[in-house]
Amino acid sequence: MTAGTRTPAAADADVTVRRRGAPRARPRLRRLGPWLYLAPLLVFIGVFKVWPLIWGVYLSFFHVRPYLGDEYVGTDNYSKLFSDPDLRSAVVHTLLDALIAVSGSIFVGFWLAVLLQGPARHVRILRTAVFLPTVIAMVAAAELWTTLLYPSRYGAVNSLLGHAGLGPEPFFSSPHSSLASVIAMQIWKHAPYDMVIFVAGLASVDREMYEACQIDGASWWQRLRYVTLPSLRPITTIVLVLGVIRGLRVFTDIWVATNGGPAGSSESVVTYLYRQFSQDNDTGYASAIGTSLLAVTVVLTALMLMWRRRGET
Amino acid sequence: MRVRTKAGVWFLYALVLFVFVYPLWTLVATVFSRRQARLGELMTVPHGLTGGNVSAAWHLGVARGLLNSLIVVAVGLTLQLTVSSLAAYALARKRFTGANLVMLAILATMMMPEEVIAIPLFQVLGKIHQPFTGGTLVNSYGGLILPLVGWALPVYVLTGFMKRVPLELEEAARIDGAGDLRIFWRIVLPVCRPALGTCAVFGFLMIWDQYLLPLLVSQTPRMDTLTVVVTSLQAAQEQGEGVRLAAVLILAVPGVLVYLALQKLFERGLLSGSLKG
Repeated sequence: MTAGTRTPAAADADVTVRRRGAPRARPRLRRLGPWLYLAPLLVFIGVFKVWPLIWGVYLSFFHVRPYLGDEYVGTDNYSKLFSDPDLRSAVVHTLLDALIAVSGSIFVGFWLAVLLQGPARHVRILRTAVFLPTVIAMVAAAELWTTLLYPSRYGAVNSLLGHAGLGPEPFFSSPHSSLASVIAMQIWKHAPYDMVIFVAGLASVDREMYEACQIDGASWWQRLRYVTLPSLRPITTIVLVLGVIRGLRVFTDIWVATNGGPAGSSESVVTYLYRQFSQDNDTGYASAIGTSLLAVTVVLTALMLMWRRRGET
Repeated sequence: MRVRTKAGVWFLYALVLFVFVYPLWTLVATVFSRRQARLGELMTVPHGLTGGNVSAAWHLGVARGLLNSLIVVAVGLTLQLTVSSLAAYALARKRFTGANLVMLAILATMMMPEEVIAIPLFQVLGKIHQPFTGGTLVNSYGGLILPLVGWALPVYVLTGFMKRVPLELEEAARIDGAGDLRIFWRIVLPVCRPALGTCAVFGFLMIWDQYLLPLLVSQTPRMDTLTVVVTSLQAAQEQGEGVRLAAVLILAVPGVLVYLALQKLFERGLLSGSLKG
């Protein structure tokens, strides 16, 4: 995208400067100036983002065969998308995961913020502590969770359940609970992030509204329901939409915790794509999946930007 | 907001700590316990103290992985901040046609899922040859680092910050005859230190977190970053749980340290765009 917009934009710049007469001492250098500063970034984006993007689209029309040469197959890879039951279930898992994990994080993050808001010292320390899951690497979190949810009675969570006379639950290792376990892990990791956003949101709620509530004798719940929640709605929507769009590309969490299994029960679109490449050696099909996912992301992002712009005016 | 009793609030505090922090503590306790943990077991207190798990993990590839990850973060972050601040300077200070288009294009790459282009990126890396060794970028530090340099978040944050910095200082320097690059280096960058700090924290976590890229690029254990080492230790379970968890702990600690040291900068950045990423 960047490379495409660059040339016409540069041409525009030429025209404008010439029209104004370019009276300064070194007009050419001055005209080039901004582009010299931008050049390193544009080169990096061009080589490592735009080129792979175009190359991926190109590959998606081929049957990629190492050493034999690639074979043009037209839209075969794309028609396969619609008849592949494994991909269909991966899409369902990805959508479920994105929607539930993101809204769950928002829900938990909101209540964490309600509990831990404010400038008091002890709450600040608690907020710092609770935020820690967010800053550890996803791989570390997923490895920790495979231990926490280990499916024997010694597993950390199962030994707790054991005290209550429950379990042991299989968690990651059963097709019925693997995706739910992944979602729980993601909520644990992302809810504190949302908490910080909501703490700032709560601090910016109009104080006069709260005073009005006090005068009217509104209950704690009424105040939350009719003052706090409506004023947090814009930020919540943004966090939700961005989170879901980002959630469509989930890979590391699932690959490390369950490897997409058991029996494909937690396979996401990107883990499936990676499996097509690394295990089935079908790079062309993997590229078709990637290109389609990218198209979906672009459309959703564009819709969100349009909707946000409309909201602002 | 007021919940009925103080005791109730403290109970909720304890519950929250138990869910979000206690698992991390048990990781530390289990790693340093002399008695080896059973599969899946996490300890509240270590049973006798030992550093044996950490040193065993250290010799099973964690040292190499840590070194690689530190190299990738140090070089990658330096390049990322340099390239981003140069671009931000142009976007914030220079008036030129196409500036809005460039900003839009940069923001568009921010939403572009890197996982989706990872495989074609891997093949592109195989086409780019290094100047001295003659090899491609696959299985090299260049392949691990260079794809991470162009990132929209620091460009966005730094451009926003530079736009709010008053122009007077720069004009004074310009009257004194300082050139563009000199003004950028001597005046603009020092003023932007807080924003650069914010970007450094986010950049560090983003690069430290990389998994799919090193999984594809690294072809030999010598080039594995720490995330890849940790997941490959999962397979070597005969070493015992303590060793695997020690590697997990070593992977987790740097993010925590960076966050605790630069917490203020981090939260400012998080709220400046409320952008995940």
